[in-house]
Amino acid sequence: MRKKIRKYYEKFVEGILFTSSTITSLAVIFIIIFLFSEGIGLFTSSPVEKGSALYVNSNNPVKKLRSEQIKKIFNGEIMTWKEVGGTNDSIFLFSMDDISKYYTEADLGSEFENLPQKLNEMVVKHPNILMFFSEKYIPVNFKGTRLPIRNVTLTGFFGGKEWYPTTQPAAQFGILPLILGTIWVSLGAILIAFPLGIATAIYLAEVASPRLRFFLKPLIELLAGIPSVIFGFFGLIIVVPLIQKIFAIPVGETALAGSIILGIMALPTIITISEDAIKAVPRSMQEASMALGANQWQTIVRVVIPYAKSGITAATILGIGRAIGETMAVLMVTGNAAIMPHTMLQPVRTIPATIAAELGEASYGGLHFKALFALGIVLFLITLIVNTSVEFIRDKSK
Amino acid sequence: MKKLSIMVMVMALISAAITGAIAQKKVVCKVKGSDTCLPLLQKESETFMKNNAGSSITVIGGGSGVGFAALQNGTTDVAMASRSMKMDEKMKMQDAGKNNIKEVIISYDAISVIVNPANKVSQLTREQLEGIFTGKIKNWKEVGGDDQTIVAYSRESSSGTFEFFKEHVLKGKNYGTGILLMPATGAIVQSVTQTKGAIGYVGIAYVNKDVKALKVSYDKGKTYIEPSVQTAMNKTYPITRPLYLYYLGSVESKVKPFVDYILSSDGQKIVQQEGYVPLGK
Repeated sequence: MRKKIRKYYEKFVEGILFTSSTITSLAVIFIIIFLFSEGIGLFTSSPVEKGSALYVNSNNPVKKLRSEQIKKIFNGEIMTWKEVGGTNDSIFLFSMDDISKYYTEADLGSEFENLPQKLNEMVVKHPNILMFFSEKYIPVNFKGTRLPIRNVTLTGFFGGKEWYPTTQPAAQFGILPLILGTIWVSLGAILIAFPLGIATAIYLAEVASPRLRFFLKPLIELLAGIPSVIFGFFGLIIVVPLIQKIFAIPVGETALAGSIILGIMALPTIITISEDAIKAVPRSMQEASMALGANQWQTIVRVVIPYAKSGITAATILGIGRAIGETMAVLMVTGNAAIMPHTMLQPVRTIPATIAAELGEASYGGLHFKALFALGIVLFLITLIVNTSVEFIRDKSK
Repeated sequence: MKKLSIMVMVMALISAAITGAIAQKKVVCKVKGSDTCLPLLQKESETFMKNNAGSSITVIGGGSGVGFAALQNGTTDVAMASRSMKMDEKMKMQDAGKNNIKEVIISYDAISVIVNPANKVSQLTREQLEGIFTGKIKNWKEVGGDDQTIVAYSRESSSGTFEFFKEHVLKGKNYGTGILLMPATGAIVQSVTQTKGAIGYVGIAYVNKDVKALKVSYDKGKTYIEPSVQTAMNKTYPITRPLYLYYLGSVESKVKPFVDYILSSDGQKIVQQEGYVPLGK
């Protein structure tokens, strides 16, 4: 009887373990599918908001515009058709909101039934017009021609240097400055956190007295529990003005400020994991080294560190993996200007900061929304590469 | 005898509750939209609900565009907005069969342009502001200040203030790529306080003694107007925007008491307390 109960009990526990691991895996797979299905859609979309299109007078020789050209025209940088391969006339811009300047609401009718006809009037009257309008209101016998616009391309996405995701009518999705900004900040964070973290780990594991260690270790682990927005504010109020003063630069919100904050945030991970790796070095190895006449420093440098190398590397990479995905702290201190970074003393915009700052207002399923998910995919791939390299390094050392 | 007196008391209580509810205006509605209006509407609804038992007003943020979308698909009764309804949004409402939209201006919000107190410059024209925020003017000496790089701070692109400033000060042009985008208004004030060459824009309620608010000219330098509640109220300060409530004519009787309360002198007092600009007489 007892045996039977025990058997059922074991089956039951096994079932629970199986279900939890299945649920976890399914959740991960579901989120990844969601991320990709939303993000990939960007590359089959036109940079012009859905349902709207650009139209010119049918007699206009210009039949095609690139999305950068459209942006420049609406920015007032291109003023004449000549600059985009047309006649010498100036470009007359006309969009949905402008209609009220030319016609009263009474003209348009209470349900806008006269709108298509008025649009036709506009396009006939102004041969140099560039119209940005909803497709729905374009009349059947329209005297204008629709300008075809190329979809967002992979090269434009990864190679583009301009990130203007909400510009009307043609949004610009160039993520090169964002990728570089993320790499820049993370690299700086490694350079700061690696020496500091390893030194602390060695000190804790090999040098510190047990009493000191008893106090220090929880303190360092506490660092991981501080909310990242606190790190961000600390950075904005202390680190940013300090950088500004030390380097005598006009603006303190720089990649360096982000690196310092991320470096501090990566420290607990690096210290805890590498300390464990150092502690795992067999006592016999150290005793053998001592017996051969090596002193403590020689033992640490020649025996302990080489033995714990893979653990230390894994610790560093995991710490940086955390730093790459960090959002709030970076958002506060790096200035978030989407420019190509040349030095550490320039403002940068990182991928996580961009997603966090913009996703709230992007309309669900819209172009901007898809672009942010595509950015999420890029970030996912970067972290995937980082984490796989940890596994690789661990396997290699075994 | 005892039973009877209890019954009488209970009856009296119930009738008092009923007459009370009739005398007070009971409003149950949802308000959704602009984050700029959010703190104001929250405060207004709190006081309204305190004075009118049984009312339940839910105020949700999300942005002006979100509010209009919710009004269109019927998930909110009132949309709050920091800009007027755009032509294409009106058309969408029309398509959804929602006409007879009521628009009410509940208060104003003035945007101050702020610089570091150490900055010599104390006034700028709109054209100069456009140059600075589109990245064409890069040094303070070009606008009459010291030889110092201009560091321009803006809100993130998700903010309605970002859009408003772009439309009214930059005349629809894009911000320059070198403009620093900050996640919160408080962060802009903090950065301007500690950066000598800084310039930024914030709601008038956020201006404190550690930053200097600039006078602004919209007539190419003829007159410069100082931002203040007074100049915003008499409409001489140019970077002022109305804050709106929108609702459908069909729910007017339901939401009117609350809207009227905001427009009343008590409601406008709250407007001023919260740092917005009241409508004035």
